[in-house]
Parts: sequence; structure tokens; C-alpha cells
Amino acid sequence: MKRLIAVFPFAMAAMLAIAGTAYAQETTPEMVAAAAREGKVVWYTSVDVKVAEVVAKAFRAQYPTLDVDVERAGSERVFQRISQEYASAIHNVDVVNSSDASHFLYWKQQKWLAPHTPPDVIRFPAQFKDPEGYFATWRATLSVMGYNTKLVDAKDAPTGYMDLLDPKWKGKLVKSHPGYSGTSLTGTFAIVKLLGWDYLEKLSKQGVLQLQSTTATPKSIASGERVVMIDGNEYNMFIEIDAKSPVKIVYPKEGTPFVTSPSAIFAEAPHPNAARVFENFLFTAKIQQLTATEGGTRSLHPDVKDPPGRTPLSAIKLLPDDPATMLPQIADIKKRYTALFGN
Amino acid sequence: MKIAPSKARGAPPRPLAARARSFDPTAPLSLAFVLLLATLVLLPMFWLVVTSFRDDAGRITLDHYWQFFTDASFLKPLFTTLWTSATVGALCVAVAAPMGWLVARTDLPAKRLLRILILASFVTPPFLGAFAWVLLGGPNAGLINQWYYGLFGLKAFEAAPLLNIFSAGGMVFVMILYTFPYVFTFVANALDLVPGELEEASAMLGVPPWRTALDVTLPLVTPALLAGFLVAFLQSMTLFGTPAILALPAGIDTMTTKIWSLFQFPPRLGLAAAVSLPLLAITVVLLKAQSTIMGRRGYAVIGGKSSGTRLLRLGAWKLPALVLFAFVLGCSIVLPYGVLLRTAFVKNWSGPMGFENLTLENWRFVFFEFSQTRLALQNTFELGLAAATVGTALVAVVAYLSVRRAVWGHRLLAFLATAPVAIPGIVLAVGLFLSYTHPPLVLYGTLAIIFLAYVTKELPVGYQQLGAALKAVHPELEDASRIFGATRMRALVDITAPLIREGMVTTWILIFIGSIRELSATILLFTARTKTVSVTMFDLRESNDWGPIAVLSITMLVTTFALVSLIDRFTRRRIA
Repeated sequence: MKRLIAVFPFAMAAMLAIAGTAYAQETTPEMVAAAAREGKVVWYTSVDVKVAEVVAKAFRAQYPTLDVDVERAGSERVFQRISQEYASAIHNVDVVNSSDASHFLYWKQQKWLAPHTPPDVIRFPAQFKDPEGYFATWRATLSVMGYNTKLVDAKDAPTGYMDLLDPKWKGKLVKSHPGYSGTSLTGTFAIVKLLGWDYLEKLSKQGVLQLQSTTATPKSIASGERVVMIDGNEYNMFIEIDAKSPVKIVYPKEGTPFVTSPSAIFAEAPHPNAARVFENFLFTAKIQQLTATEGGTRSLHPDVKDPPGRTPLSAIKLLPDDPATMLPQIADIKKRYTALFGN
Repeated sequence: MKIAPSKARGAPPRPLAARARSFDPTAPLSLAFVLLLATLVLLPMFWLVVTSFRDDAGRITLDHYWQFFTDASFLKPLFTTLWTSATVGALCVAVAAPMGWLVARTDLPAKRLLRILILASFVTPPFLGAFAWVLLGGPNAGLINQWYYGLFGLKAFEAAPLLNIFSAGGMVFVMILYTFPYVFTFVANALDLVPGELEEASAMLGVPPWRTALDVTLPLVTPALLAGFLVAFLQSMTLFGTPAILALPAGIDTMTTKIWSLFQFPPRLGLAAAVSLPLLAITVVLLKAQSTIMGRRGYAVIGGKSSGTRLLRLGAWKLPALVLFAFVLGCSIVLPYGVLLRTAFVKNWSGPMGFENLTLENWRFVFFEFSQTRLALQNTFELGLAAATVGTALVAVVAYLSVRRAVWGHRLLAFLATAPVAIPGIVLAVGLFLSYTHPPLVLYGTLAIIFLAYVTKELPVGYQQLGAALKAVHPELEDASRIFGATRMRALVDITAPLIREGMVTTWILIFIGSIRELSATILLFTARTKTVSVTMFDLRESNDWGPIAVLSITMLVTTFALVSLIDRFTRRRIA
């Protein structure tokens, strides 16, 4: 009988997990207590490490009995680590966030995800959540162009992708890598759809400094290492601008890739309750507003307001992401890109 | 008192003696250690070979090799690796040979300081140097280029930079800075052994000093120079961090970065194995060449250490000689350490050093907010402790058994303990990955697999240290104690162990230092839970977080230098 009582909460949790597709799972005191017994949540994310630590700090403040391990790497690296770990039956990750939305389609196909709908997600627009509740867009960003305002005048700055082929930009460009960054992959795929590989081939002859992360390219132009950034996170540009770095965002006239970055819980999560508490926490209006204000990301939460001074999404010509089409082509995109730009 | 029975044992009835000897516990011990080392060293190599010949379905194939030798995306990195390593080797000799000669043969001032600084560049992790040189030699924001532009009133992007570190040349430059100490040590040691009389004779005959240096001294140290060249070549060929930090941004791959990229999802293990083996083959051939060169020593004058070599008066040449040292050590130590220190305390690393740019934020972030720090420090520390302790114990036994040549298999032990020298870190990692990601022993995802990598990689260093220490203890001391009836174990514990204690401590610290800076093997073996400081820094590099990188670099350097000075103090106290 005692054993039955002990098992009961876990059985409940399991039932809720199965039934979770139908309704949202609130964070209950029981869930927090069970999470506290697990001690911590392991969060793999591709968001800039300082933004990630701001979120982690807020979580520790709200749930003093819980800790977060932040494992930050580029989306493609996060994907690679999870794949390699799961191939060796290592179940380390609880909650994952990647800026390559196709990863979530793949993980769902592999049946690696647990269905869970945070209460706030009910009110998210339908295109930003999985119909079966396996994932939802935690944050979105744009893969923008940008330049250093000390090194180039506004009137000479590029206005779109085609401008970058001008010989005057030779040796002045920096780009992130689709083999590392999900934002870069999504953005590069959008550019290929729009302008073709032909364009990237010409671009590769412009002496482009090849960095890895879309969090790195804004820092590169802010330091003055390069003049113009071909792709980078809009949110890192906001962070740089807030820190008074001499950079300016360019929304390319051909269109700006819109990159959704979902979050999900793994079915084999070693800390299932902590994972659910954390996932719910990530989607609350408070945290959505925090990452928008301090982290510069775009939120799809209906209660979140863009901080003043930021161009509203409605005023930007967007190139929406298309993870389902991209998924089967990823290996090919990376291979062709690497042949042009290196690893 | 026990002389009698002991003598009886050694007396004529031989079968008895043989039986008594067969009770010697060192024989099965030796066999056990041969098996242990064979597992450590040979198992990964076995899986490397097997995997390179197998396709995904497990059939035998030559496809991986075919792809390697026909695909330009593999041949080009191979070619890049070969020519850059050869250049590093040649330039290291060109720079370090004169330096070695100046220290050994002339009245150059401040020799002790110079030697300390050379030791410092020797123990500086090469990838730290590469980080620092991004901040110094980035073509536009790099501080040296900023000074250069400022000095000549030039503008970045309009004028050509003074140096562009993101290039094959930049990579070669930084590799030289942390490889030249190997050549320096070879040359300086060789010169210590070459008697100065020949040079003095030449001087007395009125030959100018520079002719003497070229015509007499140079031929005498040619073997050392060749060996130095080969070691420098090997060192640079097997580096991962430096090319990944400096060459990849320019779209240039080397063999090590190529192997690493083959581990990106989905990993192409067969291909990675096939690409690793030629790297292994090159190392084996070069090391063989080196041992032939060093072993032959066809120049009969090299004998005992000469004493009282008359030091050449540099006179007016003192200045250019010091300029050479100042340039090399400035580039490898002063500037990099300076820029790391500066970066750790500023908000914007490329900005001016004004008051409003100063901050402690990087330190606060690394030590109080960044959740990786504690885990990475703890892992690194645990790995260092475990690898150093187990490694030293292992090497002590192996060195004893093989140096005393007491038992069966001592040659095999010596071979196995030195063999890892020929295995580049990343190749070892590929082998370990292939060996321990499937049953019977799944170690991937634990610290154990990284621990195995460290112990294996450091075996030769430890063996060399302790082997030399043991050779210095004459066996007659042990023999004496055995004559008095002590068992071999007892002789070992009571007589030999205390005498090589200093060697043990040095070995321990060397393995510890080697472990806490390891990157090229760890990069393939770590998982989120088993991250080390070096890998964490590499991750931070991918998002250009230079402030935190600088903080972690300084932490690593301070730890390393504390340990090095500990070696120094320990050895000096023993001598005094």
C-alpha cells in the first residue's frame, strides 16, 4: 500500500504526459515538489549564452529548490550532440531549444519528444505550435544584415543581398556557418530559394570571413573586424545597439529570413518534472517579455510588447521559414555551402 | 643474518633457483601490464583500421580510402597540412637554432630570464596563443593592426593590414611561437654536449666567430637540427585548436579540422578512420627518421659534457641578438599574455583602454553566472588528478620493469609505453570513440573515455621522465638490499622509490599540466556532462565571447605556472 502511494504521483505524471496533447499542463505545487526531488533541469539551447544565463538566473530566483544546467552551442551542434548521445543511449537532455525548426520535425518522427503544452502556448497562433503539442516556438529572430557605422556611412551601406556582390565589399564581409548555426541554415536556405546557389558562389569570391555562430557575426562588426555582416541574429544586434556599439541593422530589401526557434521536452528526459516546470516557465509572459527586452528576441506571446525603438515585424518584408521543405535538403545545403566557404 | 639462506638460493642446484625465481611476483605483473598497455594503445588502433575498411553494412570496402585519395576536399587539407607543417619546422629551426647557440656559446645577458620565458612559451597551451593572436592580429580590429593604422594615419579596410592572422601564414606564425622551444631545447642540449675545443681551435686560427659558428658548430649540431625540424613538423601537424581558430575562418582546412568535421552529424566514422590512418603513418615514419638521426650521431666528438667552454664575446652584436629574443618572446609571451589580461578587464576588446571601457563583468559572468564554469572546472580538475595519479603509478611500474629488464616482456612494455608519441591526439580520439561506443564497454558520455585518452597520450612523457630517473639509480643498490634478503618488492619500496620520488612528482605534474590543457582529443570525446575548460573555451570562441575566454585563459595559465614553479621548487630543494 505504501509503495502504491509512492508510485501514485509518478503514475499520474505519466498519465498526464500521455493525455497532455488535449490540454495544457499547469505547474502545480506537486509538480514543483517532484521537480525539487530531481534537483535540476538540463537545458540545451542555441540562444546566446548570456541571454541563456539571464533566463537561468530568473528560473533559479523563482524556483529556489531547482537548478538549471545551461548547455549552449550552435543549433546544428546541439542537434549533433543529442544525436550522438542518443546513439550511445545517453539521456542527458531535458529541454531543448534550437533555431533550426526542422530538428523538431526530425525528433518528433524519431518519437524522441514528449507531448506537453505550456498553459501560455494555448493562446499562441496556430502556425507557431505543433498541433499534437510536441513543441512550440519559444522565441523567433530575424537573420538580418548589418554594418559598422564608424566604418561605413549610412548612404553607402548595402540595402540588400545583391549589393554585397559589389567589389567594394571585398574583404569586408563576415558570415556565419549553416553547418553550425540553425539561424544561418534557415537564412541561407531562404537566400538559396530566393537567389539561387549562383548567388552564393559569387558571394564566396568576396573574401568572406567565415565565423560559426549567428551570435558571433554581430560581435565581429561591433569590434570593427569586419564592416558588413551578411547574416546574424537580430537579437544580438539589439544587444549591441543597447550597449552603444557602433552598429546598425539592415533589413535586406529582398526580404529578411524569419527564424522560429521552438522548445520541446525529451521523452527520455532524466528530470521529467523539472523539465515541465521549466518549459512552462519559458513560455510565461514574464520570461517572454524578459527575453524580448533584455535578449532582443521576438516573442509570439500575445501579451508581449516589443520594446520601444524596434522595427515592428509588420513593417519588415519577411521570408518565412519552411522547416518541412528544408529537412530533407539539409545535408546537401551544408555540403554545397562548405565546398564554397569551407568548414 | 639472512645472508646464508639467500646465498644458498643462488648456489649451484639450478632447478631450485629457477623455481625460486618463478615465485617472483613481477613476472605475472609484467604480463598484466603488457596486456593493460596493449589494451590502452592497440585497441583504439585496431578499431581504427577495422572501421576504415568497413562500410555502413559492415562489408569490407576500400571506398573510404578511394574517397580520400580522389576527393579534392580531402587532398587539399592534406596538402595544406604538409606544407604548413614543413614551413613551421623549417622556420622553427631558422629561429631557434641561433637562439640555442646564443644561449649556449655566447655571453648573452639575462640568460636565466630568457630560459624562463622560453619555458613559459613551451607550457602555454597553443590554442591560448591562437586566441590571443586573433585579438592582436585580426586584420582590422586586431590591436597590432589598429596601432599600425594609427601610426601611419591609415584606415582599416583601405590599406592592407600589417598582418592578417586569419590565413595559412598567420596560422604558421602562431604555430612557430609555441613550437620553437622544442627545437631550442634540442639545439641547446646538443651544444652542451659538443666540446668547445674545436671551436676554440678554430678561433685561435683566426677564423671569425660567425665562420666558426657556420663551419664548425653548425655541422656538429646538424643531427639535433634535423630532429628538431621533425618534432616541430609533427607538433604542428597534430594541432587542432590553432588551425580551427585561425585557418577555418579563412575557409582553410587542415587534416585535424577535417577529421573533426567528419564527426558532425551524421558522423562518417569509416571515412574519419580512413583519413586518420595516413596521419598516423606520417607520424610513425617521421619519428622513425628522427630516432635514426638522433641514434646515429655520426659525429664522434659528441661525448661527455664539456666543461668550461669559453663564451664568445658578442660585443656590438649583443643588441641584434637581444632583438631576436625580444621579438620571438614578445610575440609568444608578452603580447599574448598582455592582450588576454586586457581583454579580461574590458567591455569591448577592440576599444580604447579608457576608464569607461573597464569592467569586472567578464569575471562575474564566468565565476558567478556561467553555469558551465563549475562543471568544466570540476571535470578538468578531476580528469587531471586521475590521469596524473593513475598515469604516474602506471608509468612507474612499467618504467621499472622495462628499465631493469628484469622480466619477460620488458621490451614490449617499453615499446607500448612510447608508442602513443606517434598517435596524434585527434586520431587517438577517433580510435577511442570507435572502441568504446559499443559493447562490451560503453564509455562514451563518461569522463572515463577522456581519462583513457589522457593517460594514453601522456604515457610517453611519463615513461621518458621516470625511465631516466630510474636509469640514474644504479641497480647495485637494489642488489645489495636483495643480498641482505629483501624481496624485490621490498627493495623497490624501500630503496628505489625514495630515490625516484622527485621524478615521480615531476611526472605527476607534467601529466596534470598536459591533461588540463588537452583539446584535440577531448573535442571528439566530450558530451554536455563531460565538458572540460578547454572545450568550453572552444565553444565560447564559436560565438566570439572573447571576455569570458580571456578570463578562463588566465585561470588556466595561473594554474599551469603555479604547478611549474612547484616542480622547480621541488627539484631545487632536492639538489640543495
